Amino acid sequence: MSTTTTDVHSHGEHGDHEHNPYHQHHFATMEQQFDTSKLGMWLFLATEILLFGGLFVGFGLMQHRYPREFIEAHEHLKQLVAGQLFPLYGALNTMVLLVSSWTMVMGVNAAQTDQKKKLVRYLVITILLACVFLVVKYVEYSHKFNDHLLPGMFYGHQSEDLIKGTHGYATFFAFYFMMTGLHGIHVLVGIGLLSWLVMRARRGDFTSSYYTPVDLVGLYWHIVDVIWIYLFPLYYLIS
Amino acid sequence: MDWLRAWMMPPQGSEFAKEIDFVYMALFWLSVVLFLMIAVPACYFAWRYRYKPGRVTPHQTHNTTLEVLWSVLPLMLCIGIFFWGLNGWMKYAVAPGEAMEISVTAKQWLWQFEYPDGSRTINDIHVPVNKPVKFTMTSEDVLHDFFVPDMRVKHDIIPGRYTQIWFTPTVLGEHNFTCAEYCGKDHSGMKGKLTVDNDADFAKWMETGGTEWEDYFNGKDPKKTPADWGKITYERVGCNSCHTVDGSKSKGPSWKGVYGSMVELNNGTSVLADENYVRESMMNPQAKVVKGFDPIMPTFQGLLKPNQANGLVAYIQSLK
Amino acid sequence: MERAVTGGARIGDRPRPKKNYLNETKGFWSWASTVDHKRIGIMYLVATLTAFLLGGIFALLVRLTLLTPQHTLFGLQVTAETYNRFFTLHGAIMVFLFIIPSIPGSLTNFVLPLMIGAKDVAFPRLNLASFYLWIVGAVMAVASMVIGAVDTGWTFYTPYSTTTSGTVTLMTAAVFVLGFSSIFTGLNFIATVHKLRAPGMGWFDMPLFVWGMYSTAVIQVLATPVLGITLVLLMLERVFQIGIFDSRIGGDPVLFQHFFWFYSHPAVYIMILPGLAIISELIPTFSRKTMFGYRAIAYSSVSLALLSFIVWGHHMFVAGQSQLATVIFSALTFLVAIPSGVKVFNWLSTMYMGNISLETPMLYAISFLMLFAIGGLTGIFLGTLSTDVHLTDTYFVVAHFHYVMMGSTVTAFIGGLHYWWPKMTGRMPSEKWGRVAAILWFIGFNATFLPQFILGSRGMPRRYYNYLDQFQPLHAFSTVGSWIIGLSLFISLGYLLASLRKPADAPDNPWGGTTMEWQTSSPPITHNFEDTPVLEHEPYDYRPKAVTH
Repeated sequence: MSTTTTDVHSHGEHGDHEHNPYHQHHFATMEQQFDTSKLGMWLFLATEILLFGGLFVGFGLMQHRYPREFIEAHEHLKQLVAGQLFPLYGALNTMVLLVSSWTMVMGVNAAQTDQKKKLVRYLVITILLACVFLVVKYVEYSHKFNDHLLPGMFYGHQSEDLIKGTHGYATFFAFYFMMTGLHGIHVLVGIGLLSWLVMRARRGDFTSSYYTPVDLVGLYWHIVDVIWIYLFPLYYLIS
Repeated sequence: MDWLRAWMMPPQGSEFAKEIDFVYMALFWLSVVLFLMIAVPACYFAWRYRYKPGRVTPHQTHNTTLEVLWSVLPLMLCIGIFFWGLNGWMKYAVAPGEAMEISVTAKQWLWQFEYPDGSRTINDIHVPVNKPVKFTMTSEDVLHDFFVPDMRVKHDIIPGRYTQIWFTPTVLGEHNFTCAEYCGKDHSGMKGKLTVDNDADFAKWMETGGTEWEDYFNGKDPKKTPADWGKITYERVGCNSCHTVDGSKSKGPSWKGVYGSMVELNNGTSVLADENYVRESMMNPQAKVVKGFDPIMPTFQGLLKPNQANGLVAYIQSLK
Repeated sequence: MERAVTGGARIGDRPRPKKNYLNETKGFWSWASTVDHKRIGIMYLVATLTAFLLGGIFALLVRLTLLTPQHTLFGLQVTAETYNRFFTLHGAIMVFLFIIPSIPGSLTNFVLPLMIGAKDVAFPRLNLASFYLWIVGAVMAVASMVIGAVDTGWTFYTPYSTTTSGTVTLMTAAVFVLGFSSIFTGLNFIATVHKLRAPGMGWFDMPLFVWGMYSTAVIQVLATPVLGITLVLLMLERVFQIGIFDSRIGGDPVLFQHFFWFYSHPAVYIMILPGLAIISELIPTFSRKTMFGYRAIAYSSVSLALLSFIVWGHHMFVAGQSQLATVIFSALTFLVAIPSGVKVFNWLSTMYMGNISLETPMLYAISFLMLFAIGGLTGIFLGTLSTDVHLTDTYFVVAHFHYVMMGSTVTAFIGGLHYWWPKMTGRMPSEKWGRVAAILWFIGFNATFLPQFILGSRGMPRRYYNYLDQFQPLHAFSTVGSWIIGLSLFISLGYLLASLRKPADAPDNPWGGTTMEWQTSSPPITHNFEDTPVLEHEPYDYRPKAVTH
């Protein structure tokens, strides 16, 4: 760490270490820059968890308010209804995201070890898995739409077990769509970020001395995964 | 120092008010002292140690004794005030069992009150002096808040929930009450009068059954006739559970077209359905029972206020 | 005039560098695309002061409407609907567009990196993004006023806010966006303080302003997401009726209040902690004395930040939360008094045996001590359960939080603005007019808000368009006070702008401050310091130079 005088007007020409084009002038070293970025990302992820946390708390309080309706709606998500195996979607998506987390780790590892091709390959696989997740989500959502299991004023399910007009069901599905929907938006953003990484990786931006974006997106992707790990039992397993 | 309290607080209308005011004034003087403990040194130091070129200031970094002292002493003071406040609040929070219960329904932007006997009033209530009154409140639309400054009580009113406040009025006369939770356009117009009566006046007030009926009898509003009041009473008192107004048969005879007609009774005689007959049927229903019906109607003597009976008569007259 | 400069680490006799952050590059685009924390700070300053002006106009309109029971404004009748919009917009603009972003966005953005000897904040582009999010939020908020109306009050209480007509959804969306602006600012400061301190600067070598802003940033990052999700739920409730806050469709209005105050009480500390932080700079500098109880003040900032998360229920003593919760929240609320008191006593001890000059910033600091004392002490009335029942939702509360939000935070903000103005612009503002404005501010503020305590304790509810005739004299007094405040701010604006017209005349360290921002030139060069600054002494060490080393 530099404690000697540094001439700011010639920043980028530090004498004591090799210049990296991604080194920003206000950091003394690349290590400092990397640590700072990582701290910033963790803070951001903390806000993400709090954002979802608010919804989890809201869900819990509404479940307390409508215990019977929420359990019945849970059962509905778990049961075979009209020949559709709903919980399978949740389980399938959990598997998909877990595998994608692993490929992401492998990608970060490839970046750290200067394996450009491997990095691109793992990033692309991660993107594909994210797309699989969204496709499954789409199928699941379209069943809900068909059955009018929709939030709030749009709720219009007609079968005998979850009758329209009872507040609890509409609220349950409101939370279901809000939480899985917000998570889905995060997956979409993740796909965007991963695609950007693929572009930069192919250009050869990332080396063992600069792979901060890969690492940070990796952290983001794990959080998206972890949130799903909590969403899955909340909606598909607990009764 | 009573003038100071009288200047800062509304008139005292309840025992509770006296207690609150005592705490308030104690906190006021405490605050004055604490404020002076901050303001006087600040001004004095600014003058006493005013800038002089070249003055060297001492290097005082901290003093643990002082730090502990000015953390612990305020803490103890605060604990004391907390328990004092808690003590007063417990009385506010729990209503005594014998309290008279008045239901309050708030809506944009008026207050509806209902007494235990079913009498209803709008924006105007009377309560007996020196007797605890409990208000059970709910809202038909948005949040409101029942605030009676002279009694030093208030509580939010929440749609879909019931909240309660109570107090024992000790001072005769009129007191204001008002809405203290923002509720839209006429929030500030949502107010009314609470009158504390002695027992005789209160009994007289209860006899008339509130003020709501007056609107229907003064002829100011052509949309509100005594017959309309009768229709409201018909539904509110429960006449509609046995008597229809469209001619169809129920547990009791229909009211349609009955007024002015000859009614056949189960003892074989007939009677003209005039006002006397109608009133007698309310107060002493077993006297004349209509042919084909069982003598099951209970008496409404004492349950119907005079204005309600008048309204019902007018309503029955109107059902041609 | 004679300028009182002694002691401290003054480096003042260097020639002024020709290039500084203001003139290094020119043109609109060089500002609009800047990532320099100083320029972003200036842009934030202009932006939030514009919001302050707008919110202030609404405040004056509210006071003017209440001048007489006839509710006329320059001969025009003000309806209840219009009045409700006035106070809603006053509150929403002041809270979300001015007080929350002002000190972090403007003054802190400018001086925090300088104070810790950094060249910039940790994430300069995120800093700019935060500013533009503020702009987007402000445009949305203004649009909601122009194309419709918002009359919910700044607290957006349900179910009124979910059922009233108007552009409430747009306004809540604006606040949502502003929330993310605030999160990004806070996140940036935390990372900056953790990672970019100058070589040799430990945590307890940081200026107390940095401690205060660090505590603020923690709240910004941890509390604001909850507001974000609450506002999303509110918008969805309005648009899709999801059934969470409106009892008619199965929701719970009290739940909204819990969610809202879980953010908005910490938000009160987002507003006041920066004020306390500024005062911790002004007092030692103008007393020319070593800070008394440095660690106690630093810890008190952090403990206020932590306490802010567990006292939200004291907004709801009569709102229908459980009685047990009410008792617990009352007890916790009293704890807030301890760190607040610790700060005040340490400041007074710093002044004791000091060498005090009453320049404009110090006048604001002493005003702050008194106004903060009144704001804090009246908080005891509201924290005490039995008296709160009578006083809550009345003008007593209005007066109390104006003493804290405006009497304390805004006073500190104006004091800090005068303190760092020479550093930011290179110009000394008029000292004479500065003192006139400071005294008018103190008089005007008390004239406006002291009567409101009496109004409240006598039973005048807040957000009232009509009032009983007996309240008229106090209302009139309060309204006249608001004009004095307006006059004071108008004078300040005048001489501050006038100072920009003269050539740069400010020395590097006009007040004899000991913190690092005074070691660079006024205004600073683009990269802040010619040489990477090295910590030479503890902050606020006013011993003569020879003794320190």
